[in-house]
Amino acid sequence: MQTALFIEQLLNGIQFGVMLFLMAAGLTLIFGVMGLINLAHGSLYMVGAFACASVAAATGSFWLGLVASLAAAAAAGAIVEVTVIRRLYERDHLDQVLATFALILIFSEGTRWLFGSFPLYLNIPSLLQGAVALPGGVHYPLYRLAIIGVGLGVALGLYLLIGRTRLGMRIRAGESDREMIGALGVDISTLYTVVFALGAALAGLAGAMVGALQSVEVGMGEPVLILAFVVIVIGGIGSIKGAFVGALLVGITDTMGRFLLPGMLAAVIGPAKASGIGAALASMLIYIVMALILAFRPKGLFAAQG
Amino acid sequence: MKPLFAAAALALGLSVSGLAFAEPVKVGMITTLSGGGAGLGTDVRDGFMLSLKMSGNKDIEVITEDDAMKPEIAVQIADKMIQSDKVDVLTGIIWSNLAMAVVPSVLAQGKFYLSPNAGPSPLAGEKCDKNYFNVAYQNDNFHEAAGNYAEKQGIKKMFIMAPNYPAGTDSLNGFKRFYKGELVGEVYTKLGQTDYAAEIAQIRASGADSVFFFLPGGMGIAFMKQYAQSGVEIPVMGPGFSFSQDVLGAMGDAALGAKNTASWSPDLNNPKNKEFVAAFKAEYNRLPSIYAAQGFDTASLIASAAAKADVKDADAFRAALEAAEFDSVRGKFAFNTNHHPIQDFFVREVIKDADGVMTNKIAATSFVDHEDAYAKDCKM
Repeated sequence: MQTALFIEQLLNGIQFGVMLFLMAAGLTLIFGVMGLINLAHGSLYMVGAFACASVAAATGSFWLGLVASLAAAAAAGAIVEVTVIRRLYERDHLDQVLATFALILIFSEGTRWLFGSFPLYLNIPSLLQGAVALPGGVHYPLYRLAIIGVGLGVALGLYLLIGRTRLGMRIRAGESDREMIGALGVDISTLYTVVFALGAALAGLAGAMVGALQSVEVGMGEPVLILAFVVIVIGGIGSIKGAFVGALLVGITDTMGRFLLPGMLAAVIGPAKASGIGAALASMLIYIVMALILAFRPKGLFAAQG
Repeated sequence: MKPLFAAAALALGLSVSGLAFAEPVKVGMITTLSGGGAGLGTDVRDGFMLSLKMSGNKDIEVITEDDAMKPEIAVQIADKMIQSDKVDVLTGIIWSNLAMAVVPSVLAQGKFYLSPNAGPSPLAGEKCDKNYFNVAYQNDNFHEAAGNYAEKQGIKKMFIMAPNYPAGTDSLNGFKRFYKGELVGEVYTKLGQTDYAAEIAQIRASGADSVFFFLPGGMGIAFMKQYAQSGVEIPVMGPGFSFSQDVLGAMGDAALGAKNTASWSPDLNNPKNKEFVAAFKAEYNRLPSIYAAQGFDTASLIASAAAKADVKDADAFRAALEAAEFDSVRGKFAFNTNHHPIQDFFVREVIKDADGVMTNKIAATSFVDHEDAYAKDCKM
């Protein structure tokens, strides 16, 4: 039973990490290419979840909702980039933080205005209902396995996109020297819009998939946003590979910490105190890991730029 | 309510209403209308306003402001309401940490505070105050009722879980005060946590007969949906907050059959409650939650006191509040010596009503005329 529990928790950590990767990939891409700190990334996650929940409620199909979430988040991302973000590339980070924080407020209150204050209902599609038996006596929800699959698929897709395609080449060029690729005749503003919409679509996808597991409500994006920032700082800002490794590290550390720490402490200081202290320590754990990594690798694990 | 107190208050009330016309009362409502907790604040406000509308009372003026669930904003609003709006009575706060930040300074400035939800233990015990009234409950109450129910049902092994913050520890302490069986797991989660896979795996491995969890708002929705998918079949129970009307729609069928404890339920059988539920549905096109019921009672209480005494005469107004002579949607209502309610607590079951809407129905009674555990520490 203990091994089964351990494997189940490990899978939980991987699933959580993969979900964080979807958020962090867009965030790190946008920061790496445009040098922009986008606090409103969590709002795009929320837009994806609300689009999925409302389309799924109207049509009865989760899959149509998933398509809608990608479309809605990408469209919201593109509109925001053209109207607001574009004016911020030349400004310093403080202006960017202020403006994108304002966007969070606008998105949140706009969503409340459209959908009301109460959480929406979004259920898992019937195809992915229930738990499956894995080797070793583990029972694991099918939907969470599907999330792991989608996340790994997106990671592979991004790797190929950036490493093997013309668009990817331009993105890499944009990261290293933006004046130069502009001078070489690449339409830099379209490239920026495309990258921003791509990052937004990934956040929307994460929001829709997680919305079926959690609650679809205003403000759901901000807690994930904080973790996504931790991930990209650990991984090295601008690096997709770093985001992937960082996300898995944060996901597994957080899940295993919550699972193992109270038990380990209980052996030392007794169960009554351990549950409280263990829980507090577990919630600090990822930040402790981040501090340790930054102490030895100040630019993160896979620093993209020198 | 002590009979002597009630009689004195009644006499006082009669003498005042005999000669006075109703003085207008200015009420400042600080509640959560934006962010993740907005559903709760909206219900308190809507219930409060509905009570005033139904009674046709024009002498109570209400100013509402949004605290965004942040203590520092709530404190600023309270100061502004007292100093520039000159309110007489404050109310509306949902969260205990905000109440602890705002209430002491409101009382220090000589104003009344009536709580429609938060009931932190210090304000019921050592730090109780003559101008502080809690119309809802003391924080531990719902959890005590659940612990009592689990004990009475003879459940041998419980797994209990709450967020790691003051109301969460109060919750599990309240549960343990009445549950004497074995605890096979006691877990504190992060406040605002949305993924419970790790906890569900522990529940699966624990061999518990039942799971008690206090996870209000989005946390409970996330937990129930994930629990239903996990294939774990251990029955769940919780305080009314975990299965309140504001979250049931988003939980869906996963919540059906769950037992939860509260001082009110939409099907509670008394004339005032039937009138309230029907009017709330007609006005807002949704079913009321426990928060709406508490908001409604708070407004009814203020109106009953204002009809008897001038709010500028603090002693008379306080006596009128203590008398609590209003039609409560909870049927009967009385204040204890620490200005917290003595009331019944019910075990509710989540069902689908005739229209297919998820709601609660009373299944049993856990406590009759229950008092909180802190009243003895209150020296007023």
